Amino acid sequence: MSMTAAPARDMARQARFSRRKWINRIALFMALAAMLFGMFWLAWILWETLRLGFGGLHLALFTENTPPPNEESGGLANALFGSCMMVALATVIGAPIGILSGIHLAEYNPRGTLAVTVRFVNDLLLSAPSIVIGLFIYATIVVRFKQFSGWAGAAALALIVIPVVIRTTENMLALIPASLREAAYALGAPKWKVILRITLNAARAGVVTGVLLAVARIFGETAPLLFTALNNQFWSSGLGGPTANLPVTIFQFAMSPYENWQQLAWVGVFLITLIVLGLNVLARFFSRDK
Amino acid sequence: MTIMTDTTTDTPAAPSRNAKLVVRDLNFYYGKFLALKNISLDVPANRVTAFIGPSGCGKSTLLRTFNRMFELYPDQRAEGRILLDGEDLLASKDDVALIRARIGMVFQKPTPFPMSIFDNITFGVKLFERLSAIDMEERVEWALKKAALWDEVKDKLSQNGASLSGGQQQRLCIARGIAIKPEILLLDEPCSALDPISTARIEELIAELKADYTVIIVTHNMQQAARCSDYTAYMYLGDLVEFGETEQMFFKPRRRETEDYITGRFG
Repeated sequence: MSMTAAPARDMARQARFSRRKWINRIALFMALAAMLFGMFWLAWILWETLRLGFGGLHLALFTENTPPPNEESGGLANALFGSCMMVALATVIGAPIGILSGIHLAEYNPRGTLAVTVRFVNDLLLSAPSIVIGLFIYATIVVRFKQFSGWAGAAALALIVIPVVIRTTENMLALIPASLREAAYALGAPKWKVILRITLNAARAGVVTGVLLAVARIFGETAPLLFTALNNQFWSSGLGGPTANLPVTIFQFAMSPYENWQQLAWVGVFLITLIVLGLNVLARFFSRDK
Repeated sequence: MTIMTDTTTDTPAAPSRNAKLVVRDLNFYYGKFLALKNISLDVPANRVTAFIGPSGCGKSTLLRTFNRMFELYPDQRAEGRILLDGEDLLASKDDVALIRARIGMVFQKPTPFPMSIFDNITFGVKLFERLSAIDMEERVEWALKKAALWDEVKDKLSQNGASLSGGQQQRLCIARGIAIKPEILLLDEPCSALDPISTARIEELIAELKADYTVIIVTHNMQQAARCSDYTAYMYLGDLVEFGETEQMFFKPRRRETEDYITGRFG
């Protein structure tokens, strides 16, 4: 009985096994193809940015303001500076609010009604189109003060930072094992100290990563600045009036018929890509550092 | 409580030595689920008491009532009395931090804090004492020596606690607990994540610690209970089935259920 059954059984296994191998090959091929498809466009984008932007790189970019049309000289200094000011202000406002809210969601009764509601609203804010946020700030700040300003731009960017940071902070804190918290409580530590010294400290890399990713995101945001900071051809030393910034400058210059503007737009795109890439690499570095 | 009442004369709170911790009629609930049923026992001072029993029997739950750790979770509650030197811990109006300062705890998995080895020790000490830098260094050295870790870490106190091996991390956690000079040490399966050599070191350590502390250890490992405890409590499904001197429990258990568990016929 077993003498005849064994070969038949082995045959059946063989057949199943070779079928499985084929399925494996097909799945692997499709996964690779999907990956290559995505990588292809990404590589193309990077290549075009490099090809068209790299040629325009020179020191004057960082020292001279945006030029009038059809002029040979000029740079992006005012746009870069304005962007940095607004992004810095938005981060300084948004990151602490986001981190504190994230702590609240993760550490103080995370299943309570308040937490559930806040989480839901935050998800809405997270997926709100940035142009909606821009219009909201336009209606609430720009219209009221009858003035486009860098303050309004920073406020719009901060509104984008907050939900991103809330989400990452909460997620990172939730990853900290309960036993670590309990160990700190077991020594008689008060709650605020457990959060500050133990939980937040353990999640530090993740929280910093979240902030960096939020900065990377707002650095390239155009829509929220269109109706808030607007743009400016000149150097803005404060945020009181229309403020030059990189994304809107790129938008205007790229749409213009002037060749020197188009060239600068490409350089701006190249710079913005470089900055965002750098921030992402930095974020990876922080999250790996464990 | 049927199991207890139908036994002979010995009460569940067996040991007659002077008790450090006295538990009376303790019931514990996870939501509506009754996880500890009318537990009464006396934990003797300066001895090692082991809680054994199959998974889910309530031994860890019982341990976590002693430092009111369950209060972190809103749906858990305890009823009854737990007396530490005669003072009721559950009814105490004192800040729970003061109770936890008197009752240290070490967990199943090592839980080094995300800071240096030195700061791991000082974190707890600073909560209750204001020491000069020199006194603090002395305290750290004392605690690490007590936990038999000093020789291995004395040259790298500024390194992160997570850089140590699992066994060293667990001894660091013990040192951290000792450093605030508690009276009782609760050990919740302290060796279950460790290799045999690290386990042996921790067990040696437990034997030394009982000179100064009352030690309560929860363990899955019956050999461990037999090796390093003076008293053993066997629990099953939330009941304290039998409690007595370890030797007696392992060689002449009074109850059939205990014998079945210890000899491996069940569990």
